[in-house]
Amino acid sequence: MILNVGPSHPATHGVLQIVVELEGESIMRVDPIVGYLHRGVEKLAECITYHQFIPYTDRLNYVSSFLNNVGYVMAVEKLIGIEVPERAQVIRVILSEMSRIMDHLVCLGANVVDIGAFTPFLYMFYAREKAYDILEEVCGARMTVSYCRVGGVARDLPDGFEKKVLDFCDLTESTLKDVEGLLNKNRIFLDRTVGIGVISQEDAVSYGFTGPNLRATGKQWDIRRAFPYLTYDRYEFDIPTHDGGDIWARYWVRLEEMRQSVRIIRQALKDIPDGRIISDDFKHVLPDKEEVYSSIEGVIHHFEQIVQGIRPPKGEVYASVEAANGELGYYLVSDGERSPYRLRIRPPCFIYYQALEQMVRGHIIPDLVGILGSINIIAGELDR
Amino acid sequence: MTENRDKDVVADCLEELKSHLGEAASEAAPTLDGIFTIEVQPSAIIESLNFLRDHLEGDFDMLTDLTAVDWMNYPETGERFEVVYLLCSTKSNHRVRVKCRLGETGPRVASATAVFKGAEWLEREVWDLFGIRFDGHPDLRRIMLWEDFEGHPLRKDFPTRGYNPVERTPET
Repeated sequence: MILNVGPSHPATHGVLQIVVELEGESIMRVDPIVGYLHRGVEKLAECITYHQFIPYTDRLNYVSSFLNNVGYVMAVEKLIGIEVPERAQVIRVILSEMSRIMDHLVCLGANVVDIGAFTPFLYMFYAREKAYDILEEVCGARMTVSYCRVGGVARDLPDGFEKKVLDFCDLTESTLKDVEGLLNKNRIFLDRTVGIGVISQEDAVSYGFTGPNLRATGKQWDIRRAFPYLTYDRYEFDIPTHDGGDIWARYWVRLEEMRQSVRIIRQALKDIPDGRIISDDFKHVLPDKEEVYSSIEGVIHHFEQIVQGIRPPKGEVYASVEAANGELGYYLVSDGERSPYRLRIRPPCFIYYQALEQMVRGHIIPDLVGILGSINIIAGELDR
Repeated sequence: MTENRDKDVVADCLEELKSHLGEAASEAAPTLDGIFTIEVQPSAIIESLNFLRDHLEGDFDMLTDLTAVDWMNYPETGERFEVVYLLCSTKSNHRVRVKCRLGETGPRVASATAVFKGAEWLEREVWDLFGIRFDGHPDLRRIMLWEDFEGHPLRKDFPTRGYNPVERTPET
């Protein structure tokens, strides 16, 4: 029997369609159909300026939009070769880890509510609301923040930021404790998640898995350690792994990663250096207002950047960040003009979704729902 | 940030690949981000990917990305399409990029699905958006766009607004 799940379905996270071939109750084959949220972002990038693309990156993985911003501006900064001031780097780290916590809260919340556990979902989304409040104060927007700029961040931190973030860290830890208490030894949850949707480490590497899904197969690999960026090499944090490769492993790894993110945030908050929040390479970064009003170079740079945009040198770069879901990479080819010649976004969700068939074969439909939630497919990133 | 901690290891690995392939490979050079890039003939792509994956020290076990670039606006750089494979070694944290150029009419190259499982959907996307065929792919059909779509949008001669504008007239 052929069963069509989606694209408009309460259990699919976003617009995802899955055509399932059943033999009785067991799933024989699965054909995921993607592209319902394909907005042609890579094509659009070829006709807008580099700065104009930053809001488009928010809308990729929209539950942790800051991480997408960071990846993109890192690629442009690598292309131009400008240094980001330390204060901006530490701010980026703190907000990245907060976004990572938010993404994991959504992923786990949605995953467990699909399996039937409603209370942890509400607890996790309550914590998420507190994070939204902080982001709204800092960035001006709750979800799609567009806070990064090429060379730094858009504006400085408001007063009371440290205290609010520390309160959020405490709230996250107590939420995790509550969720663990409800789920970790829960007979029903364990039956629904242990041994379901297993993928082996060799297959995961062959598919190109990264992020929590790879760490849930036992491979300890994290872009923050493998190719360190920003100031991650200064902080102490563990990389949790689990050998199971099933839904339970992915749940557990994400839970532990949230604890590690809190650890990084606490360390980073202790030493936010003073200084500029954006680079002073005024050829590629908007100059300060004092410069614009007092020097001719300031006026010229301001005018050219507003009217034409920046023109990076010719070349190609690949920059990646450890996004909440895996390795989010940006491959940028520039021909020296005001728009990228080719911008390719390497979405982690796209890579995981093709392994769905292998993970689901032989299971039943309720397991499909659990597995789909555990690999954290965000349609915006999948389809771009 | 260093993309290749032991540059020598990657450079040596690519030197070996070049001597293995002979005429079919160009010099390996790092791009602006420090990733060593080598260009090979399309016929030598699968051999190169297998070589890099099985190499003892390079050990590039993950296909990070497979994409294409349309160089229609700059014909002096070579053939029109460029397929780019980005490999990563998760054991020793190196990246390497392998490229090949394909011509304008009927561009085709062998599929990398036998080397890396993750190439399956990445190649489907390149077929969908660029029109480059991958021989030996188990299921080459469109992925982002619907089956009846005509054209390949990421090509430079495909207009940004597409060919089927929806116009609102006062009657509709």
